[in-house]
Amino acid sequence: MSDQANEIREIIFDTLRAALPQDRPLSDNTHIIEDLGLDSVAVMDFVMEIEDKLDISVPLDKIAEVETLGDLIATVQRLKQAA
Amino acid sequence: MAVLDKYAALAQQYAGLEAAGANPFNVPFERVLSPTAAIIGGRETLLLGTNNYLGLTYDPAVIAAANAATQAAGTGTTGSRIANGSYGSHQQLEAALADFYGRKQGMVFSTGYQANLGIISALAGKGDHLLLDADSHASIYDGSRLGYAQVTRFRHNSPDDLANRLRRLAGEPGEKVIIVEGIYSMLGDTAPLAEFAAVKREYGGCLVVDEAHSLGVLGATGRGLAEQAGVEADVDFIVGTFSKSLGGVGGFAVTDMPGAEILRVVSRPYMFTASLPPGVIAATEAALHQLRARPELRQRLNENALRLYRGLAGLGFELGPEPSPVVSAIMPSPEAAFGFWAALLKAGLYTNVSLPPATPKGLALLRSSVSAAHSPEQIDQAIGLFAQVGERLGLLGAPAFAAAK
Ligand SMILES: Cc1ncc(COP(=O)(O)O)c(C=O)c1O
Repeated sequence: MSDQANEIREIIFDTLRAALPQDRPLSDNTHIIEDLGLDSVAVMDFVMEIEDKLDISVPLDKIAEVETLGDLIATVQRLKQAA
Repeated sequence: MAVLDKYAALAQQYAGLEAAGANPFNVPFERVLSPTAAIIGGRETLLLGTNNYLGLTYDPAVIAAANAATQAAGTGTTGSRIANGSYGSHQQLEAALADFYGRKQGMVFSTGYQANLGIISALAGKGDHLLLDADSHASIYDGSRLGYAQVTRFRHNSPDDLANRLRRLAGEPGEKVIIVEGIYSMLGDTAPLAEFAAVKREYGGCLVVDEAHSLGVLGATGRGLAEQAGVEADVDFIVGTFSKSLGGVGGFAVTDMPGAEILRVVSRPYMFTASLPPGVIAATEAALHQLRARPELRQRLNENALRLYRGLAGLGFELGPEPSPVVSAIMPSPEAAFGFWAALLKAGLYTNVSLPPATPKGLALLRSSVSAAHSPEQIDQAIGLFAQVGERLGLLGAPAFAAAK
């Protein structure tokens, strides 16, 4: 696991913990909609926070493909590397 | 069959509303009496949730124009604009819209929804970039999927976030299309359009403004937010609807962009659907004439808007950030919104319920919209009913924001 992926994971988990009403266990296998109970708009709003922190834009079709936190980390890492 | 199984949870909620006899998404108006009154559930009800901003649905000149055109040209065109569905009256309405906005070209669509689909999908194609305000109407989101562009959303009403996103795209191939609305339909707030226009001038891009709720409402001559903000020259396309201030149905776009005629043969939501019937077209042109000739309608509308906004704010309701003809009270929960809505209806006042994901930030809204056709007494009557019902339900001055998120 690269340093960059770890750093992105930390940013995503920290942002989620601040956004969620209750503490939930988070891992790469956590399903964003099913396990965290976010609706589609809440997911897009949460991704906006990540975009700000990492200075990237995540297109909506990429967000739609994401199911787990691991997927999101991989997507964000690819975009960060391309930026 | 299992095709509907994915809606099981939603279906249960919906059935619950029906069973309680209070489903805001399925209320028949048994008989409409005027722009501000209808018979609902056997009872005369004050309408405060119709988007009938100028109250033109019963305007005698508008009705006469619709009748005359129906008599002369028939009930429908039975075809699309690119086949047998373009009549002289469609072109005449397009010219009237272009004249009103001082633009070279007008284009009429069969609904406002389709105008957004048709313009957005045609402007932002494969390889282009579409930048949407996060609180955009569903028709803008749906249009963004139709054109295969890369779509990102910027923070609601944030020119800084738009600038950040355009900066990240600098040097990338593809056109950049930016979309904002004049008045946002959920909370009634307006876009900081002068600031958005400045960002567009700095980074480049094509700016589209959906004036669905601001046509006939804002601006010295009623053209909308772009006119009010003094930035019409920076707006490349204005999109709008006939279904609110003009009291009919249909959508349009106007532009000065050279070559925009080509949209008539590339915009699928324009091409592959039947055109509006002659009666609707004639009514719309007559309503546009009323909008232009009677600025007092706009004035009365805005006075009513302010009266309702101040009245509800005075009762302690948490409202959208600025007075506008859309006045939404933020409710602590969807259940509270349903309960309040149903109690108001029982008391003789019709409003709307708006829920996530259609609303921003997961808010549950009890949404009202006012009309120029309301008398000040009707607005006061509505405020009185909000007070009565709010008191009874313990929802006056409820700390809604804190509870909602
Ligand atoms: C911002 C906005 N754009 C477009 C539309 C679609 O207009 P119509 O209902 O006329 O299709 C609406 C309203 O429904 C709207 O609120």
